[in-house]
Amino acid sequence: MEPVVHFRAAICLLGRFPALAGVDLDVTASEIVLLSGPNGAGKSTLLRALAGLVPVVDGVANVLGCDLRTDRRTIRTRVGLLGHASGLYEDLSVAENVSFWARAGRRSKKSTDEIMVRVGLDGRLADVAVSRLSAGQKRRASLAVLLARDCEIWLLDEPHAGLDAAGRDLLDGVVRSAAEAGTTVIFASHELDRAAVLAHRTVVVGAGQTRLDGSTPKSFTGSTVPYVA
Amino acid sequence: MAAPLNRLLGRRFLMWRDALLVAGKDLRIEGRSRVTTNQVLPYAILVLVIFAFALEPERGVLVRAAAGLYWVAVLFSALLMVQRSHAVESFDGTRDALRLSGLDPAGIFLGKTAAITVQLLVLEVVLGFGVVVLYGVEPHGFGVLAATSVVATWGLASAGTLYGVLAAGLRTRESLLPLLLLPVVAPVLIAATRASESALTGVNLDVSASDWISLLGVFAVIYTFFGVVAFGPLLEDQ
Repeated sequence: MEPVVHFRAAICLLGRFPALAGVDLDVTASEIVLLSGPNGAGKSTLLRALAGLVPVVDGVANVLGCDLRTDRRTIRTRVGLLGHASGLYEDLSVAENVSFWARAGRRSKKSTDEIMVRVGLDGRLADVAVSRLSAGQKRRASLAVLLARDCEIWLLDEPHAGLDAAGRDLLDGVVRSAAEAGTTVIFASHELDRAAVLAHRTVVVGAGQTRLDGSTPKSFTGSTVPYVA
Repeated sequence: MAAPLNRLLGRRFLMWRDALLVAGKDLRIEGRSRVTTNQVLPYAILVLVIFAFALEPERGVLVRAAAGLYWVAVLFSALLMVQRSHAVESFDGTRDALRLSGLDPAGIFLGKTAAITVQLLVLEVVLGFGVVVLYGVEPHGFGVLAATSVVATWGLASAGTLYGVLAAGLRTRESLLPLLLLPVVAPVLIAATRASESALTGVNLDVSASDWISLLGVFAVIYTFFGVVAFGPLLEDQ
């Protein structure tokens, strides 16, 4: 099967610092891939590079057939990024945020209500300003935007952060059903016990490079991952 | 021949659609936060009052300088509005979300410019009453004032939106924006003051108001052109 993500020796610079110093990564459609590694390993930069937000200066970097070295903008409407920041306007309500970002991405506004129910932000909460939400509710609102944008690839950076147990279960369920529907999910997480169960396989990132590309070890519960040289 | 034309028309349509979407969003945010009504408007009126106090001993000077003082107050308010407009996009990852959204950068530029223009026009109406009450000015040409306000305000807003995105990614953006913007909009300030002078004071000038308004139109077109072309690359550089 043709990979939807194909990176070979991809290099990204943040200023003069090589945040990605040779990434090899192949991901096929409907896969759920966990990016694992210590802080500063380059997981977030890799997700941002996949979204076309960080320029790839060398190597091969194709996402959904788009060459990110020559054109980073085309891919952006086809990927959704759930990062550390919420990406929401604080003064707008949850429903207004979801509606705005859906319309910005030329998506139908019709399914917004259904999405709000799905993430548990329907009823009174839908009309509450984002600035008044808790961290977990903001995370759910960001998830609602991700669903409304209806993208082919989801890039999730620490998606479980800030969510309570019910929220984490909800997120895992949404990710699984998205993958079953054909969406490719690549996510970074330090909560490996939960993330390893969700992922089809783990890719270890360290010092801006991918070190291991294979199945998730079933016994894997540690907080750090040993690099394979 | 028809296909490329349709594509071009489709792109233009999407640009205006995106502009409407962004303008609506920015105006809604301002409606909720009330920064314009609760902070910028009192600040602008305070500027007018301070000028009135400073020039009180010589009220004749105040009347003669009314047009200039009015546009200086508008310019200072425009700086605050531009900073606010870009601050909204700098908070909690909204700039990245905007880049990922698929919105046409030219549409974002036009939408933000339109939102600032609408807010400034409302503020200018209130400031106009302030000038009449505080400075004792008796306006003569409402048509000229209205035309001057619309064209000059679009010029200020378009230049502000362009330079706002340029300064937005920098740590020193609060102090850098006025430094970058004021020299660029100085011609708008001069032309708007000259165009308003005769309408506010009734004194006939060597150059007619319509000529100054035409000049303002040229500035507005130039700033808009550069904004449409350069906003996208500047947004990428953040």
